[in-house]
Amino acid sequence: MEDVLTKRLFVKGNEAVAMAAIEAGCRYYFGYPITPQSDIPEYLSRELPHLNGEFIQAESEVASINMLLGASATGVRAMTSSSSPGISLKQEGISYMAGSELPGVIVNVSRSGPGLGGIDASQSDYFQAVKGGGHGGYHIVVLAPASVQEMYDLTMLAFDLADIYRMPVMVLADSVVGQMKEPLVPNSRPATDLPAKEWAVRGKGDGEQRVVKSLFLGDGELEAHNWKLHDKYQDLKARECRWEAFQTDDADLLVAAFGSTARIAKTAIMMAREEGLKVGLLRPITLFPFPEQTFLDVTARTKKVLVIELNTGQMVEDVRLAVARDAEVGFYGRPPGAGSLPTPEELLEQIKKNY
Amino acid sequence: MRYDLFIAGFGGQGALLAGNLLSYAAIIEGKNVSFFPSYGVEKRGGAAMCTVVIADGDVGSPVIGNPSVTIILNQTSLDKFGAKVKPGGVCIVNTSLVNLEAFERSDIEIIRVPMNDIAMELGDARMVNMVAVGVYAAKTGAVSLATLEEALKSALPERNHKFIPSNMKAIKAGTEFAARKSS
Repeated sequence: MEDVLTKRLFVKGNEAVAMAAIEAGCRYYFGYPITPQSDIPEYLSRELPHLNGEFIQAESEVASINMLLGASATGVRAMTSSSSPGISLKQEGISYMAGSELPGVIVNVSRSGPGLGGIDASQSDYFQAVKGGGHGGYHIVVLAPASVQEMYDLTMLAFDLADIYRMPVMVLADSVVGQMKEPLVPNSRPATDLPAKEWAVRGKGDGEQRVVKSLFLGDGELEAHNWKLHDKYQDLKARECRWEAFQTDDADLLVAAFGSTARIAKTAIMMAREEGLKVGLLRPITLFPFPEQTFLDVTARTKKVLVIELNTGQMVEDVRLAVARDAEVGFYGRPPGAGSLPTPEELLEQIKKNY
Repeated sequence: MRYDLFIAGFGGQGALLAGNLLSYAAIIEGKNVSFFPSYGVEKRGGAAMCTVVIADGDVGSPVIGNPSVTIILNQTSLDKFGAKVKPGGVCIVNTSLVNLEAFERSDIEIIRVPMNDIAMELGDARMVNMVAVGVYAAKTGAVSLATLEEALKSALPERNHKFIPSNMKAIKAGTEFAARKSS
């Protein structure tokens, strides 16, 4: 029986993120405490010193993102994490990392509402994450885990995608997946052929000078740089879209939801199926790149779509752009109220309304 | 099979430990499980709740609006969550602390368990949650007694492993109480 438990641990989502970062070879973490993500720095502050790593609780979020930028420029794997208001403070640094083509993993265990908001689970940071929260028209890869296992697996993937595409990658979670405990199989790091970091700065040496920067003043240099970034985003759209399709083949109504909301929606769909309603779920796992083609393909057959979010309507805009022209897209969402999450029963009612 | 359970009480009654224990037992039995806690900012005395979903397949939602089984450890929890028990569902109530007179639900099965009294008889008032776990396991068959004993090793920190026998005694007292009730 001991054996079963060593293969399947029982951990919090936030702990799974920290464990995955270590397994992925991340030895440098910079952050500043904020609820509901503090289990991540807590875990890493305990473990990284034993692994010859560095854990730094910076003086602010702004400092910690710039430490991430600096560490990443030397070619090491590094991470920061925070929650919504803290992530806002990091946006300038994320923009500089995107402009400088630096990898790096940023975890947002998001809070609700603008400003200081609340600590309830919410999906109100979708726009900020997906549309480029900072200036300059860049994108970052955004991964949306819906389980503790995915908190682990997608954090691991985040490091690989960051290195392959030389760009920041965000894991966008909330307090449901951050605080809940589920079985976890701590997979070992997948063998991936990663490009050598021939761009990484290495101090004064004899070799060719290497410069990491986001300032391009030469004639036509910045335009060329931006086209290069644009091409990278197109490559991502072509190659890296990930999603979960659940009972979509015969669906008359397609529910689209991401993260923890998709989990609640899935149970609502099972309940609807028991009542004979043909409902399926399409859950984007990559929010950028958004699985546009999949939405187009599925809505070639299923003409009714219901987008469910824990906000007042953000991902629904991307769904509307992606679906077949004659598909009808409905929306149900709300900001969390007084700590209450939508229940499967509540979503079932919406499914029936839109069926 | 799929079991969803909501446990509610005040901080210190062990609602979260009970949920954790059942989750570890489910994992040992090779099942899938999600444990979703929610609690007040107070260390003791505030509200403490958790939802546990055990399934052979996909767990789905970690939160449930109308749980099939609810364990109510104190009066506030009954007042707040008693109406949410699924019609046809089961409500396991700690009658040592909960007055059921004003509770009018004829569409659910109410199992009245004087949990504090049973725990006190065993010599340890802290075993309320374990009595509840025992009643739940006997009533639903979601997990077995043998795996609960094994799971205690994971749910309790090592320094508290010496309490495993007394916890098991309380769990068994719960299962025996449930057996007497249904016979």
